[in-house]
Amino acid sequence: MASASRFVRFRRGITLPILLFVAWEVSSRTGLVDARFLPSLEDVAATAKRELIDNDLIGELGFSLMRNIAGFLIGCVLGVGFASVLALSRIADRLLMPTFNGLKQISLLAWIPLISVWFGFGEQAKIVFVALAAFIPIVLNTYDGMRQAPPDLLEVARALKFNARQKALRIYIPAAMPSIATGVHLGLIYAWLATVGAEYFLAVGPGVGGLVIAGRERFDMALVMVGVLVLGLVGFTLNRLAYALEAYLLRWRPKQTA
Amino acid sequence: MSAMIETSGRTRLRWPSARLRRLAILATGLIFPLGLLGLWWISSTRGWLPEQILPAPAYVYQTGRDMILSGELLYHTGVSLGRVIVGFTIGAGLGLLLGIAMGLSERVEDYVKPLFLAFAQIPTLGWIPLLMLFVGIEETLKIIIIAKGAIVPMTLNTLTGIRGVSPRYIEVGRALRFSRWQMLRLIILPGAIPSIFTGIRYGLTHSWTALVGVELLASSEGLGYLLVWGRQMFWLDTVIVAMIAIGLVGFIMDKGLDRVELSIQRWKRQEI
Repeated sequence: MASASRFVRFRRGITLPILLFVAWEVSSRTGLVDARFLPSLEDVAATAKRELIDNDLIGELGFSLMRNIAGFLIGCVLGVGFASVLALSRIADRLLMPTFNGLKQISLLAWIPLISVWFGFGEQAKIVFVALAAFIPIVLNTYDGMRQAPPDLLEVARALKFNARQKALRIYIPAAMPSIATGVHLGLIYAWLATVGAEYFLAVGPGVGGLVIAGRERFDMALVMVGVLVLGLVGFTLNRLAYALEAYLLRWRPKQTA
Repeated sequence: MSAMIETSGRTRLRWPSARLRRLAILATGLIFPLGLLGLWWISSTRGWLPEQILPAPAYVYQTGRDMILSGELLYHTGVSLGRVIVGFTIGAGLGLLLGIAMGLSERVEDYVKPLFLAFAQIPTLGWIPLLMLFVGIEETLKIIIIAKGAIVPMTLNTLTGIRGVSPRYIEVGRALRFSRWQMLRLIILPGAIPSIFTGIRYGLTHSWTALVGVELLASSEGLGYLLVWGRQMFWLDTVIVAMIAIGLVGFIMDKGLDRVELSIQRWKRQEI
């Protein structure tokens, strides 16, 4: 089974999407499916244009992204810090890790009602929620990475009488870099999921998620589709960015045979 | 464990027995949560925070007990679990089939994977409003969303697992003139099992998260509904009890999977 050429693969890859679009267009043109359920592609495009030009879709997206990034950065810094303390101090580890492990069992979205009571429905609550979403995977991965710091290097550090700061900066953090990168990557994905969730459930203020909810309430299928498409595109872009960042952070590492 | 203590250079307190040591570790782990609980208790007796923001621990405990005794909590947990089981089974089954189809045929993979990945990019939560317009807010919506949570990790991990089966084994199968079915049953699936299991694990976690999300948005029963309802009534005690129940179910599912995974690994080792 020889691998097909690039061109053949491309042709195969776009076959299904094209068929899907054709089926969509035909069924909405011929009235096979109610246009309220399945607006024509033209409708969707027109809605996209309207939102982009007249209704400031970019601005809404900007709000969502700002929240996402603010929450993500807070979660990142706190997560790496917290995990370092746990990994470097045996006492802190034993004191706090069981509690953290217990709390992380609670499904992320289940925090929303409590957060909304404590922080309201505004920006603050959303950012807290996004930060929490990024915090958990970053802590877990950073912690694992630091715990796996090579013992022979730690031996050397002991022989050289490194202090705690030197040990952290020269051994633990570099050793944990690949894990931290994985954690940051996951954190980025979770943060976006949480941004969407926060805008759904704490539905006050601008944002793409709010747009989707508004579209559903008005039974504006085209608007919902545009919104969902934007959510997907942003998720995709963030994922790509995370890969690039990971490659950049780990560029010093020799290529491993996975 | 004792080796680690010796290499760490400093002299450490040695516990007379392993059991005592484990108990000490457990006790240390309890200090922080108990401290928090104490703080919570003090703040509620002193009235630092209004009852609507943080109800007294005793009150939460009482609500929890009442909800368990009246069967209310069990009922909602049962509803949620039922949804997850149905949705996850459908999603995982479809994912397994799709993964196998893509794993066995590069042609299928070329055709299906780009579209599949495009769909997978959209967060599960993103689909909820769209599907609400299509199928309404009844059980169908919940099952589809939960299945969607499981299908992506299941498909991708099955695919990875099948691709990762050593070509040498496949060679052996060819030499023995295995039929397609035998090849699948005796070589490819057993080889892909660890990876498929990773898919099940992630799939179940995603399904559970998706369930909470969809119940928060549209439901009149289930644990997610308890959360929304408690929130609307400002009954934080109910919210906290529901959160604990969600955490417990997640924990039990996780531990259960650990068990299964361990037994699979044991079986694998025997095989080799």
